[in-house]
Amino acid sequence: MTVDAARDRSPAARSARAAIVDADIHNTWPEPAALDPYLPERWRRLRARLGERLHPGAQYPRLNPAAARTDAWPPEGGLPGSSLDLMRDQLLDRWSIERGILNPLLEAGELLNLEYGAAFAQAINDWQVAEWLEPEPRLRASITVPYEDAPLAVAEIERRAGDRRFVQVLLASRTLEPLGRRRYWPMYGAAEAAGLPIGIHFGGAGGFPTTAAGLPSFYFEEHAGMATVFQDQLTSLVFEGVFERFPGLRVVLIEGGFAWLLPLMWRLDRTWRMLRDELAHVTRPPSHTIRERVFLTTQPIEEPPQPELLARLLDRMDMDGQLLFATDYPHWDFDAPDRALPPVLGGARRDRLLRRNACALYRFG
Amino acid sequence: MRQHALGPIDEFPPGSRRIVELDGRSIGVFNVDGRLYALRNRCPHQGAPLCLGPVAPLVTAPCPGSYVAERTEVIRCPWHGWEFQLADGRSWVDPEGTRVRAYPVEVRRGQVFIEMR
Amino acid sequence: MVRRVIDCVVHAEVASVDQLVPHLSPHWQAVVSETGFRGPYVATQPAGAPTVCAPRFARPDGVVEASEPGHITRVLDRWSADAGILCCEYAVDGIRNPDAAAALASAVNDWLVETWLPADERFRASLVLPIAQPEAAAAEIDRLAGHPRVVQALLPVRSAAPYGDRRYLPVFAAADRAGIAVGLRCGGNPGNPPTGTGWPSYFAEEHAGMPAVFQTQLLSLIAEGVFERFADLRLALLGSGFGWLPAFVWRLDKEWRGMRREIPWVRRAPSATIAEHVRIALQPIDVPAAELGAVLDELPADDLLMFCTDHPRWQFDADDDALPAAIPEPVRARIAGAVARDFYRLP
Repeated sequence: MTVDAARDRSPAARSARAAIVDADIHNTWPEPAALDPYLPERWRRLRARLGERLHPGAQYPRLNPAAARTDAWPPEGGLPGSSLDLMRDQLLDRWSIERGILNPLLEAGELLNLEYGAAFAQAINDWQVAEWLEPEPRLRASITVPYEDAPLAVAEIERRAGDRRFVQVLLASRTLEPLGRRRYWPMYGAAEAAGLPIGIHFGGAGGFPTTAAGLPSFYFEEHAGMATVFQDQLTSLVFEGVFERFPGLRVVLIEGGFAWLLPLMWRLDRTWRMLRDELAHVTRPPSHTIRERVFLTTQPIEEPPQPELLARLLDRMDMDGQLLFATDYPHWDFDAPDRALPPVLGGARRDRLLRRNACALYRFG
Repeated sequence: MRQHALGPIDEFPPGSRRIVELDGRSIGVFNVDGRLYALRNRCPHQGAPLCLGPVAPLVTAPCPGSYVAERTEVIRCPWHGWEFQLADGRSWVDPEGTRVRAYPVEVRRGQVFIEMR
Repeated sequence: MVRRVIDCVVHAEVASVDQLVPHLSPHWQAVVSETGFRGPYVATQPAGAPTVCAPRFARPDGVVEASEPGHITRVLDRWSADAGILCCEYAVDGIRNPDAAAALASAVNDWLVETWLPADERFRASLVLPIAQPEAAAAEIDRLAGHPRVVQALLPVRSAAPYGDRRYLPVFAAADRAGIAVGLRCGGNPGNPPTGTGWPSYFAEEHAGMPAVFQTQLLSLIAEGVFERFADLRLALLGSGFGWLPAFVWRLDKEWRGMRREIPWVRRAPSATIAEHVRIALQPIDVPAAELGAVLDELPADDLLMFCTDHPRWQFDADDDALPAAIPEPVRARIAGAVARDFYRLP
């Protein structure tokens, strides 16, 4: 018998298992000053004085500090997700993560000062290269961009496009305008030209209430309502004809779950048929386009009352090639790779979700 | 069932929590204001190290906007926040269907004993 | 087979503010005349949108379909309906002058009560409310609470704050006192963008985005404990569709298990609350026929759906599609009338 300290040392269920691709990991800095070496002096001084100004969005006390698993705080200090060592220990090594995609939620795209936002984004991407991609070959990263200014965003995409460790362009799900709107098109063009998917991650703030019915009171509503944001953004992308205009573009919806998509496809197809005059530029039924171009991470995984219902849903969705497993480490709504996908899904389907789909989309050899 | 000796009671002071390994099982042992509890350190939801989560009185509400701290103590899973009663390991929202193993703990002659198979 | 049919959504359209003027006080009659006020500046849908009035119902004589009781009487006759619940979407919530909004809401309700209800004993009325002023909305419910054929308070699904917000408690309290249901209908003009992601370019986006707003409202009403405060609350979703509900319920139950502590007055799973308190109008049936069986299987209750034509909205092309044969019996027979009869406490 051993008596131990507070940290969990129970052996991981490390049975012989296939490697996994984790499509959503959140790296951050131990504390804000860690970004300073990457920021030009001008912005370092501004940041020290004024911090980061952005739309406040929805502010709630969240389930746990930093919205993280309470066991993910590095023992040496710093925020959850800031320690590469702990990320290796708790995630990459523990579950044989073959590739992990970093999606830093550091709000560069939300900064009201757009020039600062562009510098901030560039610094974040430089920091990612130096402190994450260089030391850890299993990691890949998303390009942080100042998405509310198309030319600045395009410049940052083009700056990184040659580094194949950057595998997608990262946007937040709440933006100043719906994401199908024309102001965002140059960014889609640049991503398409670079062969990079657009990743849209839950979060952000657009400067108006977070729902069409105003601001909810509770984090429960904000979190349980994540799907509504993705529904609206996907509707915008489809009905604005973004997929027609950019025939090579693929979009990844990150951290919204996926069960909502099947009924939305029904709704979009029906709406498109009824309102063809307004949508003359949308040349195919929305469900056809979505099944080709839209990918979704599985987290937070759906948990129906019986796991068989999840299998049945996937059968009806017919998007087995477009679902990407993700943990969302180190956040509290983390999905454990060995438990999140129920066994009833079967080995072949699980393998696609856990690894093969992401390898195909992100072109991991 | 066997009694396993865990050590002297002063190694489990009030406010402490310790994770112990017994027969290949990870178990959290808690002393909450002198009351000892032991729970399996594995959340039935997705296998999180349950016993690393925060321990606090259960919060209930007679009506919206009123918050009452009950005497019942619960531990919240460090991942998704599911609440389990320390006394018997039952989840608060689904006491019959979702529970974690709770082990009887007692002190005899200054030593802490846990009862398990 | 003779079905007992209840049509739980038929529209009563205010074709012109002139119809309301006789029901206004002299002061507001003068205001309407002096300002040239022609009605709210926005509506749920653009007047000419094909979704507003199915092409086969459009009148060649220019009269607005559903603007006269006789139009709806013919619908109820066609369906052998025992009752039809009138829903008027006159957008008083888009009128910022609080007194004008209240006056016009009262005028609409008096128009319904005095010109529609006497025309057909099968009609039941839903109250239009100046919802931007919850106290005034509550007063309007109180004013008409005694009327035996007023069965529902009708709220637009887009609002300035979600309806669980405590500012709206007077409205739910008044509905509770009156013993009437609360119905949410499409549209609403609170001043916020019509989606949580901004102002969309196309009406089609607003139209496709309606279910998401119903989801937001359900989330709020559950999270804020409105169903705990008002144990008898009956909530109707009118125009939301239902294909999205199973996934939504799975999500809410999952979230509640972990986040209960933030909303500890929510003492049971959201799915149970929805099964008990919420009913959904059948139209739009956004579910392909081949999927209907699976979706119905996954709804949190058997008695959730209530038949409606949603006349004159464009929801189906052939009458056979209004209550599809793909819906299995005996559920189909209950959807036709029994669920609405129980919900609205009709004879």
